[in-house]
Amino acid sequence: MAAKKPAERPNASKEELLKYYREMLLIRRFEEKAGQLYGMGLIGGFCHLYIGQEAVVVGLEAAAKEGDKRVTSYRDHGHMLACGMDPKGVMAELTGRIGGYSKGKGGSMHMFSKEKHFYGGHGIVGAQVPLGAGLAFADKYLGNDNVTFTYFGDGAANQGQVYEAYNMAELWNLPVIFVIENNGYAMGTSVKRSTKSPSLWERGAAYGIKGEAVDGMDVLAVKAAGEKAVAACRAGQGPYILEMMTYRYRGHSMSDPAKYRTREEVEKMRSEKDAIEHVRDLLLQGGLASDDDLKAIDKEIKAQVNESAEFSKESPEPPVEELWTDIYA
Amino acid sequence: MATEVLMPALSPTMEEGTLAKWLVKEGDAVKSGQILAEIETDKATMEFEATDEGIIGKLLVTEGTAGVKVNTPIAIMVEDGESVSDTPAPKVAEAVAPAAEAPASVPAKAADPAPALVVAAKGWPHSDLPEGPTKTMTVREALREAMAEEMRRDPNVFLMGEEVGEYQGAYKISQGLLDEFGAKRVVDTPITEHGFAGIAVGASWGGLRPIVEFMTFNFAMQAIDHIINSAAKTLYMSGGQMGSPMVFRGPNGAAARVGAQHSQDYSAWYAAIPGLKVCIPYSAADAKGLLKSAIRDPNPVIFLENEILYGRSFDVPTDPDFTVPFGKASIMREGSDVTIVSFGIGVAHSLLAADALAKDGINAEVINLRTLRPIDYDTVLASVQKTNRCVTVEEGFPVGSIGDHMASTIMQRAFDYLDAPVITCTGKDVPMPYAANLEKFALITPAEIAAAVKSVCYR
Repeated sequence: MAAKKPAERPNASKEELLKYYREMLLIRRFEEKAGQLYGMGLIGGFCHLYIGQEAVVVGLEAAAKEGDKRVTSYRDHGHMLACGMDPKGVMAELTGRIGGYSKGKGGSMHMFSKEKHFYGGHGIVGAQVPLGAGLAFADKYLGNDNVTFTYFGDGAANQGQVYEAYNMAELWNLPVIFVIENNGYAMGTSVKRSTKSPSLWERGAAYGIKGEAVDGMDVLAVKAAGEKAVAACRAGQGPYILEMMTYRYRGHSMSDPAKYRTREEVEKMRSEKDAIEHVRDLLLQGGLASDDDLKAIDKEIKAQVNESAEFSKESPEPPVEELWTDIYA
Repeated sequence: MATEVLMPALSPTMEEGTLAKWLVKEGDAVKSGQILAEIETDKATMEFEATDEGIIGKLLVTEGTAGVKVNTPIAIMVEDGESVSDTPAPKVAEAVAPAAEAPASVPAKAADPAPALVVAAKGWPHSDLPEGPTKTMTVREALREAMAEEMRRDPNVFLMGEEVGEYQGAYKISQGLLDEFGAKRVVDTPITEHGFAGIAVGASWGGLRPIVEFMTFNFAMQAIDHIINSAAKTLYMSGGQMGSPMVFRGPNGAAARVGAQHSQDYSAWYAAIPGLKVCIPYSAADAKGLLKSAIRDPNPVIFLENEILYGRSFDVPTDPDFTVPFGKASIMREGSDVTIVSFGIGVAHSLLAADALAKDGINAEVINLRTLRPIDYDTVLASVQKTNRCVTVEEGFPVGSIGDHMASTIMQRAFDYLDAPVITCTGKDVPMPYAANLEKFALITPAEIAAAVKSVCYR
């Protein structure tokens, strides 16, 4: 990935940049808060933070329209916030409370919003890939022009079902965008320790699927690539693969000591490639916003996140009757 | 020397077929490999080739004859210069030719009667067939009719699977559906069970009602993650926001001589999973009524069929609104001495055992569970309270079987009514062997069921 270029002239308006700044910052602050609540024992089990990867979902959501669908893995908090789900409901799900999106029965890895067309939150690595192709199958069957963003990581990219889904998605010309969030590590195993064909998007060529690698730390590059993929998909040209070159700053999950990479590597990414700093620089250096403008946004986001944290603590645990509901429709 | 040409077995489960067309006539010289006739099995029309060269001396079965049993002589081949009259004429085959040999009984039960499985199933009572006209159809036809009716009723119902469309179904269950509904709704998939099961679950979340056909449930092992983790659990994990209204169907359990990887009964596996519903029909009426209920159900339904039952005929109500509710067992035969609880093909074995037991003065009640999730405990418990004895029958493995679960339920809820321990009859605790004799020993037989019943009756 190229080093950051603060002097570049953004192909985006002030309003757009401020929107991305705000949305990425919300994810970052939300995740930091989730990390704190985990440390306090308010969140249990597995908790996979999205810090570092914010530009991917924010950029792609900027290319989506109402009715488009999204499905992802267990590292899902960012996707939910980016598609407009309420931070209170997400945080309360993390704390296992009735006010959570799944009434506390799903947890960090399993949240859904029919209203926002967010189809989970899946804990089996790679399972969401055919599921996403299936959502696209339904849209094609029903004759609308929606697309489905199907997110998965570099780790999932070695699961067989990904390629089963590629094959059928191209065979049936399904309107699905496969988004590989390549953050370099499948838990503790780096991409180069997983495969000798490290260009993951190119594997689509075996099935006739077009694709490209994208600087996933640059929200504008992500959005531009997303728009191109969406246009192809909506035009009935079938699936598209976007390999987002990104990075997670935190461990795989809260319990990951991250001994498989150096502190220097993480610091280098943070200082040179950070997606939020990038937009911040564009805004400040382009004279589109002042330091005070951005501080005001920071403050607003912090308040929003604190509000979600408070809600997640105050919302009661699900009543015991909930144990027995939602098993059958 | 004249030789007989015998009706061939053209599929693992074929017991009889139709001699559709002769492609040779008497007096023709034929070569090895030449096509002699077209034979219709219950699955397909197949060409039947000569294995030796010779002259067709006599055609013993006329074109169009249905129900010709496997191994029935259908023609006589003679050598050049030989005439048919040189050899004693074999008995002319009829549709009512003697049934194929009865299964060998298990060694320990050599004295017990071992009735043949090919006894016609027609006419056995259903406790709850509704009043009204019925027609006779095979389980295969009933399944097809159920799908066709439901696809006409709801445009979002579609069928996907391997060979469901252009091939007309590996077991002909989907025959004709492609013609009626088109390729959009009858979707041929590549051989990719894990992938297409996941796509179907996703499609169910997207507003459709998929019917997924597995060529056999053995192949669904490739897809079981999506069946359980994606389909069964999502309603719960989403706090009730979205479920998976869909059906996974196909043949389950042993067919005939297809070996360990194609013969497993998954009843107890799927019945263990909250969020799934599990149907396992025995008769054509069960098959049609349950499949229609399954397609309309808003939950993921596992629908376990049986290849051997596909060709059996039963009476089915003609009312297009006929459905069979889930969680309602059917009493196939009333009795007072012992309760036999079974499902799927186990019901056929149980009814044969009950017939044999009646000759010994033991009056068995046979319960067909029909669905394993939900499961109709009440009908079983009421019967056990009457008979005080129970034997369960299934084809699956013994450990963690449906019978184990039922026995434990009876023990907990009707202990004081029991006059004997419940015996669970199951398949043997071995991978299915290929050898014909060993396969028979591995499967549960009517003779073993009868022996178990005598045991609980202390006879």
